[in-house]
Amino acid sequence: MSELIELQNISLKAADMVEEGRVHKALYSDPEIFEEELDKVFQNTWIFIGHESEVPEAGSFKTAFVGRHPVILSRDRKMNLHVLLNRCRHRGATVCEGRKGKTKAFTCPYHGWGYGLDGGLRAIPKPEEYEGVIDKNDLPLESLRHESYQGLVFATFKSDIEPLEDFLGGAKKWIDLFIKQGGGYPLKVLGEHRFNFPGNWKIQLENTTDAYHFPIIHKSFISSLDDATADIFDFLDGDGFVEDLGHGHSVMVMIPDLVDLEADLDQPIPARFEELAQALRDEGQDEEQVKRLVRAAHGTGFNLNLFPNVSCSMAFFRVLRPVSVSLTEIQHVAIGGEGAPVSFNRKRMRLHEHFQGPMGFGTPDDGEAWERVQKGSMAGKDGWILVNRGMGNLHTSKDGNVAGAVCSETGMRGAYQKYKQMMAAKGEK
Amino acid sequence: MTINMDLLNKATAFIWYEADLLDHQEYQTWLSLWDTKGLYIVPTDNNETDYENTLNLALDDAGMRRMRVARLESGESVSAGAASSTVRMVSRLRILEETADYIVVRCAMTLNELRHGNLVTYPADLEYRLKPTDDGFMIDRKVVKLMHSDGFLRTVSFIF
Repeated sequence: MSELIELQNISLKAADMVEEGRVHKALYSDPEIFEEELDKVFQNTWIFIGHESEVPEAGSFKTAFVGRHPVILSRDRKMNLHVLLNRCRHRGATVCEGRKGKTKAFTCPYHGWGYGLDGGLRAIPKPEEYEGVIDKNDLPLESLRHESYQGLVFATFKSDIEPLEDFLGGAKKWIDLFIKQGGGYPLKVLGEHRFNFPGNWKIQLENTTDAYHFPIIHKSFISSLDDATADIFDFLDGDGFVEDLGHGHSVMVMIPDLVDLEADLDQPIPARFEELAQALRDEGQDEEQVKRLVRAAHGTGFNLNLFPNVSCSMAFFRVLRPVSVSLTEIQHVAIGGEGAPVSFNRKRMRLHEHFQGPMGFGTPDDGEAWERVQKGSMAGKDGWILVNRGMGNLHTSKDGNVAGAVCSETGMRGAYQKYKQMMAAKGEK
Repeated sequence: MTINMDLLNKATAFIWYEADLLDHQEYQTWLSLWDTKGLYIVPTDNNETDYENTLNLALDDAGMRRMRVARLESGESVSAGAASSTVRMVSRLRILEETADYIVVRCAMTLNELRHGNLVTYPADLEYRLKPTDDGFMIDRKVVKLMHSDGFLRTVSFIF
């Protein structure tokens, strides 16, 4: 706390802690800044809460968070989606527990108030004492504004916010490319890994637009690959790039050959996918479809970072949730194709297990590095985190955006400038 | 209820041996305990039985087991270097099934890990399918059902 008091004395606010090429380390460790972030960032923008395939049928639901607020994503009988605050309007208990499921209604366990899938209050036990006191129509579960793009569902507390598509802006083109990894089938969530790390959420935010770390911290993962695949991941000297897409979003293209999974379908099948190719043939797929599915199985060669809480990261969704200033929860959501051949989705899950999640060959090493960043941020009274890599070597992309080398910190700078803008806003709640 | 004490003792001795190998990071010997077609499985959903068509925390065939061990032993993984030690206790063994080809054993495990000075505990049910051999067993399948498998775990740089 001594650091906090000193910083207040010099009246350095969070927004002032972001400069063009560096950010102050207090952004990782100051609990007051964290509270301010929940208000000014997570209450004031579009937050990713899931994919439509996670609630496939009437009555399907999943639980999620918008900042620290527990919410329910539900699908009603007319197949409309709803995002509801998970809080009974009577005495405030959550009305839905568990990660996901199917239900006819959300019933509070405490006094039995029952809500429909659209949040409407349907039933109150022994209603006589409420006659002339309350009207059921006035007490639905509180509903959040939500919109979807290509099946990605976002919700917001800011009811007058710009439409989701405007918010996504230049990122839409990349989402369109990302969903091609369904291999011609609609994208479907296949499961998820969940883990946490004792560190600030922005450490994770930075990571998915950080190619520089990959060959260093993930050396043991690369060593576990065959030579041809290891070559694909040797991308720092390649033609990749990082492009600032505006609104805090960015894309980091690591493997340019895998940007469009529906192009170059005539390429030979790599050795590590030969087993999958044969399994697909055995399932009756023709050669054209085999090649298409094998290429889709790779996942895309880019990470699309959407500020502030999700990355469409090569072959999965990486979702972050700020729990406290020094604790962050992360979901690695595996995706495949709805109705795709069994062997395709299996391969996608095996590839996910290889790198992702708490037991993958990659994540534990990321987690170790992030934990150390958090620890290191406590060292010294003053200190800055450098995000200036590649600032001297920028160009304009063909979409007219600022872009830098694949291992530049262009994406981090874009995210922090958006953060700075939001944190500088006055009095918004 | 009749308990085959001889079989229970043999299974217990084998599972304790495996636990000791893992706590002391004798991974090459651990690999030799496996049937080549065996699967090491850590599910995300403990009610699931179709592991191949589900996302797991780990679903290792022989190749993945070999790579997992190679990664832990390589010296290249910073998280494996930080995992100082594990102490696991295995108890409550019960033979669930006994056929001519294999036995199925269920037991309880508590694994304690010390990492960066913090103790982390992993309670789990273990389910083994073991194939009898002339001098003991081979592991045909090991399923590690962590109590908090669907919660937010810490990262794992050891073998359950």
